Amino acid sequence: MNELANLFDAALLSSTMRFATPLLLAALGGLICERAGIFNIALEGLMLTGAFAAVAGSYYAGVLGGVGAAVVAGAALAALYAGFVVGLRSDEIVVGIALNLLASGLTVFLLRALFGVKGAFQDPRIEGLGSVRLPLIEAIPIVGPLLSGHSWLVYAALMLVAIVWVVLFHHPLGLRLRGVGEQPDAAATLGVNTRRVQAAALIVSGMLCGLAGAQLSLGSVTLFVEGMSAGRGWIAVVAVLLGRAHPVGVAVACLVFGFTDSLGFRLQGRDIPSQLTEMLPYVVTLIGLAIINSRRAQQKGLQP
Amino acid sequence: MVATSSEAPALELRGIVKRFPGVLANDHIDLAVAPGEIRALLGENGAGKTTLMRVLYGLYPPDDGEILLDGKAQRFRSPTDAIHAGIGMVHQHFMLFPSLTVAENVVYGREPQRWGLLDRTAAARQVAELAERYGLQVDPAARVADLPVGSRQRVEILKTLYRDARVLILDEPTAVLTPQERQGLFQILRELASQGKTVIFITHKLQEVMDLADHATVLRGGMVEATVAVADSSPEALCRHMVGRDLLPQLAKVPQATGESLLAVNNLVVLDNTGRRIVDQVSFEVRAGEIVGLAGVAGNGQSELVAAIAGLRSPAAGRILLNQDDVTATSIAARRQAGLAYIPEDRNRVGLALAASVADNLILTGRHNPTLTQRGVLSQAGIERYTTDLVERFDIKIASVREAVDHLSGGNRQKVVTARELAQEPLVLIAEQPTQGVDVGAAESIHHNLLAVRDQGRAVLLSSAESSEILALCDRILVMFEGRIVGELLAEELANDPAAEATIGLLAAGGEV
Ligand SMILES: Nc1ncnc2c1ncn2[C@@H]1O[C@H](COP(=O)(O)OP(=O)(O)OP(=O)(O)O)[C@@H](O)[C@H]1O
Ligand SMILES: [Mg+2]
Repeated sequence: MNELANLFDAALLSSTMRFATPLLLAALGGLICERAGIFNIALEGLMLTGAFAAVAGSYYAGVLGGVGAAVVAGAALAALYAGFVVGLRSDEIVVGIALNLLASGLTVFLLRALFGVKGAFQDPRIEGLGSVRLPLIEAIPIVGPLLSGHSWLVYAALMLVAIVWVVLFHHPLGLRLRGVGEQPDAAATLGVNTRRVQAAALIVSGMLCGLAGAQLSLGSVTLFVEGMSAGRGWIAVVAVLLGRAHPVGVAVACLVFGFTDSLGFRLQGRDIPSQLTEMLPYVVTLIGLAIINSRRAQQKGLQP
Repeated sequence: MVATSSEAPALELRGIVKRFPGVLANDHIDLAVAPGEIRALLGENGAGKTTLMRVLYGLYPPDDGEILLDGKAQRFRSPTDAIHAGIGMVHQHFMLFPSLTVAENVVYGREPQRWGLLDRTAAARQVAELAERYGLQVDPAARVADLPVGSRQRVEILKTLYRDARVLILDEPTAVLTPQERQGLFQILRELASQGKTVIFITHKLQEVMDLADHATVLRGGMVEATVAVADSSPEALCRHMVGRDLLPQLAKVPQATGESLLAVNNLVVLDNTGRRIVDQVSFEVRAGEIVGLAGVAGNGQSELVAAIAGLRSPAAGRILLNQDDVTATSIAARRQAGLAYIPEDRNRVGLALAASVADNLILTGRHNPTLTQRGVLSQAGIERYTTDLVERFDIKIASVREAVDHLSGGNRQKVVTARELAQEPLVLIAEQPTQGVDVGAAESIHHNLLAVRDQGRAVLLSSAESSEILALCDRILVMFEGRIVGELLAEELANDPAAEATIGLLAAGGEV
């Protein structure tokens, strides 16, 4: 009993938020693309690029420079993606996988070229995002530790959920975006430039993935490690599907993943082998995929 | 050709030329339509009607020629330009967003705003006002996915009116409508014309031209064959302009003895996505040498019933017997193997692989045909021979069998599906709207083919929104209403009954006879 209480303490909730935030930011990007009719499978690479750019930017120009660099780098890579997928009508899966590979190679290369290190880069000059304390809320049990004491990007991510929801369902842009995703021909005959809408959706998702990367490398730690996105982009892709590309659904999915992440982290150092605890988020992801699939089969009502 | 009215034309096309690789789709077309006029555009499949209208709507740049609106030359680089100039188009295949509401569909791209956000209240109000003014009944708050075809079409018309269209183009607007819906549409179009709008509509049904249009322009091989005042013309004369010959007088349907049951459905229940019984305890059989018709207003379960028989949907209860074998739980492949063929209603999504070639589409269901393979590998020469033969037999107008299906005109796509399924020499043929969008000549030949299947002692289940088609072909007619069969009529009893169509219509609307 005591053991359990120990496990589920306030710190667990707090770290849930920390783990969920990069997922959430990337998944919001994926959601926007999904609604525009593009399956963005490059979230992983975009996030990794953002994480590197954030560290590099912070090293040279302080924390705001870092966040700015992450956003710009994410947008630039996403623009490349858009050039292929929207401009040249290439297959989004193939190009997306290529971009993921490019991002992992490029960050390793730049790590060498700019900082002359291999594996990881840590330096006192890298400025972290720091944490924001919410004076009144802090005192409330459960909610206090859940909400207070995070980097400002965590709060930005929560606000972005609301913003994405408003734009998607209550702004003309959102209506156009959803229309382009559902029936591009219909949108085109009404004079909406579908390519521009899709390209914009991709670039915005690149920016959001950039922020996700910044949270990863400047949020609770201040360093860059090769491949530090560690599959989180893929989990974000699953969250988009699981949350049916709805901001609230996606946010819930990300919080669940964030929770298992932090639980796995917490279980380390106990009697359970760390290989098992580290598996936890991915096992939950697999379960999520199974849910998505069975739901699809049901919807179609097809014979096997 | 002169403008057919004393007034200056609202719309004038001069010498429009449009080429596709290997095809001259529009060959110096001239057309002038007066304000307030309803103009019918006729022609065989592939004559260039849709292409001409797409040029007018800014979807294809013309290779030559001029478009004038109220005497002013226009240059349309995109539909946006055409919309701005006051042209609206209702496409052959609807261009709607099913998951959005009627109001959202209408205002899409030109949304009313308040405080920078989408103003749904204003959108609904504006749409309701427009609907009121032109007599179009539709609920602005309904989701398009939940609407029947007739209402969807009204949404399409509202879209053009919302954008202040003065010239309204409708490409085969009646192809998917029930007789009641068609009358509703005609009412609306007459109302629009009386308010000064110019209406151009494409159709293959000559009676509609006689009922609705002021003038008719017939295209043939990409050229204007004739423009006639409808009052001075007749369906026969229009037909001669279209196909260059007279139609065969009557289908020769000789009564014949029916054999054993080839298709039987027992107490079939099919649920829709919300769990409602969309097909409710339906039982019937189709015997050898018989064409059984499935009539009714769209949305009363016919499509779902047919989908269940074809194997596209699992029934919740009941049995399906094919040639006396229970196939309820078997796969589509097994049913086809047992002699089932299916001409689906939605040729674009169910019937065809649009990006694939005509040849590939034609052999999709014939891969067991020994002439197509050589030592287990597809033989190109065999395929070429087999498909070229089908193309000729069914008069499919294409440049080559290697052409992608999505370059084909609507009617020629329908012919590809029909040819493929008939080539199976099926024991049981399910034909769903088999002549939608095909020209009179081709519809005639498809009808002959269906009768041939029957006369060879096999069975046909024909689902059609056209009462006249059902009456002309079927031996027995089942009328569906709210998922049930509410009436069974025998062709012999209906023959020469002038009220036959009305009887079907009454039953289909849930009435008693
Ligand atoms: N995008 C395209 N690419 C190549 N060829 C095309 C394309 N669109 C149409 N065509 C060809 O142009 C000709 C005219 O086609 P169009 O669609 O205008 O015919 P239609 O008169 O509308 O026929 P239907 O009554 O069958 O709808 C056809 O031979 C068709 O194959
Ligand atoms: Mg056409």
